[in-house]
Amino acid sequence: MDFPILSLMIFIPLIGMIVVMFLKQSQVQAIRYTSAFFSLLPLILSFIMLANYDWTTSQLQFIEKHSWVPSLSVNYHLGADGLSVPMLFLTALLSFISIVASFNITNRVKEYFAFFLLLEVGMMGVFAALDFFLFYVFWEIMLVPMYFLIGIWGGPRKIYAAIKFFLYTLFGSIFMLVGILLLYFNTDPHTLSIMELIKMGPSFRTDLQIMVWAFFFIAFAIKVPVWPFHTWLPDAHVEAPTAVSVILAGVLLKMGTYGILRISFPMLPFGTNYFSMMMAILGVIGIIYGALVSMAQKDLKKLVAYSSVSHMGYCLLGMSVFFIAADGTPFITGISGCMFQMFSHGLITGALFLLVGVLYDRAHTREIAAFGGLWTKVPVYGSIMTFFAMASLGLPGLSGFISEFLVFVGGFAKYPVITGIAVIGVVLTAGYILRMVQHVFLGPFNVKWENLTEINAREIFTVAPLIILTLAIGLYPKPLANLMAATLENIVTMVGR
Amino acid sequence: MLPDFGMILPHLFLLCWAAVVFLIDLFILKSKSNALSYISMIGLLITIGLVSCVPEGRTFGQMFISDGFSQFFNYVFLGATILAIASSESFADKLKFNKGEYYGLLLLCTTGMMFLASAGELVSMYVALELTTLTLFVLAAYRKWSVSSAEAGLKYLILGAISSAILLYGISMIYGVTGTTDFARIHSVISAKLNAGIIKEAWDVHVLGLVMILAGLGFKLALVPFHMWAPDVYQGAPTPITSYLSVASKAAGLAALVRVVAGAFASAAFMDDWGIIIAVLAALGMIVGNITAVLQSNIKRMLAYSSIAQAGYILVGLVAASRYLSFTGVKPWEFGISALSFYVFGYMFANMGAFAVAIAFSHKYGSDEIKDYAGLWRKSPFLSLSMTIFLLSLAGIPPLVGFYAKYYVFAAAIAGGGYLWLVLIGLLTSVIALFYYAYIIRQMYFEPTPETDDTERVRVAPLLTATIIIAVIGTIAIGIFPQPFVSLAEKAAVVFAG
Repeated sequence: MDFPILSLMIFIPLIGMIVVMFLKQSQVQAIRYTSAFFSLLPLILSFIMLANYDWTTSQLQFIEKHSWVPSLSVNYHLGADGLSVPMLFLTALLSFISIVASFNITNRVKEYFAFFLLLEVGMMGVFAALDFFLFYVFWEIMLVPMYFLIGIWGGPRKIYAAIKFFLYTLFGSIFMLVGILLLYFNTDPHTLSIMELIKMGPSFRTDLQIMVWAFFFIAFAIKVPVWPFHTWLPDAHVEAPTAVSVILAGVLLKMGTYGILRISFPMLPFGTNYFSMMMAILGVIGIIYGALVSMAQKDLKKLVAYSSVSHMGYCLLGMSVFFIAADGTPFITGISGCMFQMFSHGLITGALFLLVGVLYDRAHTREIAAFGGLWTKVPVYGSIMTFFAMASLGLPGLSGFISEFLVFVGGFAKYPVITGIAVIGVVLTAGYILRMVQHVFLGPFNVKWENLTEINAREIFTVAPLIILTLAIGLYPKPLANLMAATLENIVTMVGR
Repeated sequence: MLPDFGMILPHLFLLCWAAVVFLIDLFILKSKSNALSYISMIGLLITIGLVSCVPEGRTFGQMFISDGFSQFFNYVFLGATILAIASSESFADKLKFNKGEYYGLLLLCTTGMMFLASAGELVSMYVALELTTLTLFVLAAYRKWSVSSAEAGLKYLILGAISSAILLYGISMIYGVTGTTDFARIHSVISAKLNAGIIKEAWDVHVLGLVMILAGLGFKLALVPFHMWAPDVYQGAPTPITSYLSVASKAAGLAALVRVVAGAFASAAFMDDWGIIIAVLAALGMIVGNITAVLQSNIKRMLAYSSIAQAGYILVGLVAASRYLSFTGVKPWEFGISALSFYVFGYMFANMGAFAVAIAFSHKYGSDEIKDYAGLWRKSPFLSLSMTIFLLSLAGIPPLVGFYAKYYVFAAAIAGGGYLWLVLIGLLTSVIALFYYAYIIRQMYFEPTPETDDTERVRVAPLLTATIIIAVIGTIAIGIFPQPFVSLAEKAAVVFAG
């Protein structure tokens, strides 16, 4: 394909932002539909991208490369492979859904949608960038709209949550910047191209690899967030408006794991092997810790937020397992599980945040104990919520099961004890999820909610694609697995030994 | 042989233009009109044109250098002066007398800076520096009705005089041990001594002289620990002068510093010495400036401390230049100087833009308190959005110019090797910096508008609007397309090669 599909996916939302900025604050409908339109286009493009992607090879596709700042060998370099294609699709999908879900925003509408579209620019860019400088630029661009989105439209403690998110992530990013510069000056000729750096990966000195790997890990781990870097997450996720929580959980967290797989793994193979055990242990701590803390939550949104810490722990555990099997084939089960978990967590947790938002809009409370027996009053809402609750706890037939299963199968192959501990997490997850479903939907009906209205058509429209995909991947995961397999095999071949 | 006046033409032109401004005010306008601001800006634009086509070389018996470095810094001085004059409108309206002097002194001061960037030896450097600072003393005290402005002027005068004395003492020592004041000759004398193995003779005098020159220039640059005057002067001076001080005067001091250390003390015998001294000064600046800025409630004081911190970041580039050889194959020498030049250039837009917004705000609301910015987004989306862009650029968020500048200096420091600790300090303190920059953004966007406030839209004077728009364009466009300016900065740095 000759036309710059990735650039279009990145910059169409930017055009949308500019258009929105020129609309009047009072033209609320026009602003909403313009934003939806400009986030629908990248989604359509992402389908075109999926259709044209050749999954039989691990080669990067849709490549665009232009010189940007030759003096410092910075290029505008984009491309996609089995790692980034699912993420780009997820980003486009969740951005569109979130924008539609934001139609109920009434305060400062114009700025809201302008910032949201800018956020999409940054997210798309991170997943498409193949130049380290460009990657960093997109990585940071996201922080600004996110700061505003949480700080203006968030909940009671929004200002604290917004600055905490901003400072925390920036703190991580600066280590990435140092790492980038260290690698840059240790290559000859100096290059910022991620692909070039990956080629030179094995030749980096081991002490350099360990140092840079640790620097990168701080940046990525804060984003994921890996325990003990997770403390920004409950604040940001809970205080953020619904649609922003969806993006935070659905896309932003994946940037951390994506960064580790895209950059740390192939570029610093020695460092990756050196730290793989640590990743597995941190992953398990995250699984157990996140689940235990979720159990203690009284607030529905906090429960979902902490469940993210737990679920992202599976990603970390999954990716820590990579080796070349005795017959010479790369073992990708664990990493596949990680990728599946990234994708399905985006769908499921995104949907859960949307649904919590639906309830909060009507009830103006998120306290689990305040509800009870809602199923009789809002059966459709109750069924959808229960569907995603089941998906979250890993019910077979839904996408969450596939990823957890792959992670455990992979994990046992290398870290049986650690994985054994991790399995406890499944039980704990079932515990808090079922408790939540029971307290909110079952039991005696709380008459206070006599006037609660059913989920409306727009809201169903926003979760419908997520239901379909969760079910589809759960029943027939092969297409997604095929999409990623070649790339993952390539990565494992590079780091495994 | 007659000196070559071609090289010095922009300087002479601006000097004459300053005199013309004085005379027009004295005989024709009698301080009644603001036409002088336009006349001054026209003069500055012509000077920019002249600077862009000035020949390179040395003249006046090697005292005067015209090269890529002086050219680059002249652009910064002239650009900053234009922005300062354009944002002076509301201040000049308050002046009943001496309007012409205000503009004339600004032009004279700029002339001094241009001479400073071209100084080829210590005495002409000193004279140019005095021309700059003496006019700045007057300008800082220009709000005659205000006690704080008078205090600012006096404080600046006294500390400036002390620092000049220290500087002169250092110059005399260097002259004493090398027998010359010319930068290039100092360098060759030291190299000769090094080759002859007699560098250890009077070694301490060399170092002491260098340290005194650094301290003297450190005062002008408001480097920690020589920064005590800056917050009071910045707060007391008229705001356009504050913005001018924080950018142009800083750039001028920096140009002199680079000429001295990279011109006269470029010998391997001294590079590690001044390298570590400047590294410590840079680290102190970034730490003290950023931490103290968090505590400020007045926007001018906050920007003053922020500019102390920014000077620290700029110096990181100079530290990088102290590494002669590197393990990485690039020339940290040139890399560092081009990085710091680029930094100054980008910093000019963001910082002067931020001050321009502060001027517009205080003109309308009569306040410089950060808490009064609450709810500004409703009253002026233009001012709050521009301010946000400037602050994010100062904080180093991409794709704004401030990010690129920070990336450039830190890249230079890592290229040189050995200063990873300085880079880490710089980056960690930039997280602190984000905290106080974001605090203003928070006031403008997150805090509710006070009930008592009128919500009518703020009207910004046309010239000030133009200043802010130019600064916004500069901040964004150079951030996205830095290459032409990186090339210019590289051209400025080549001068010091070898």
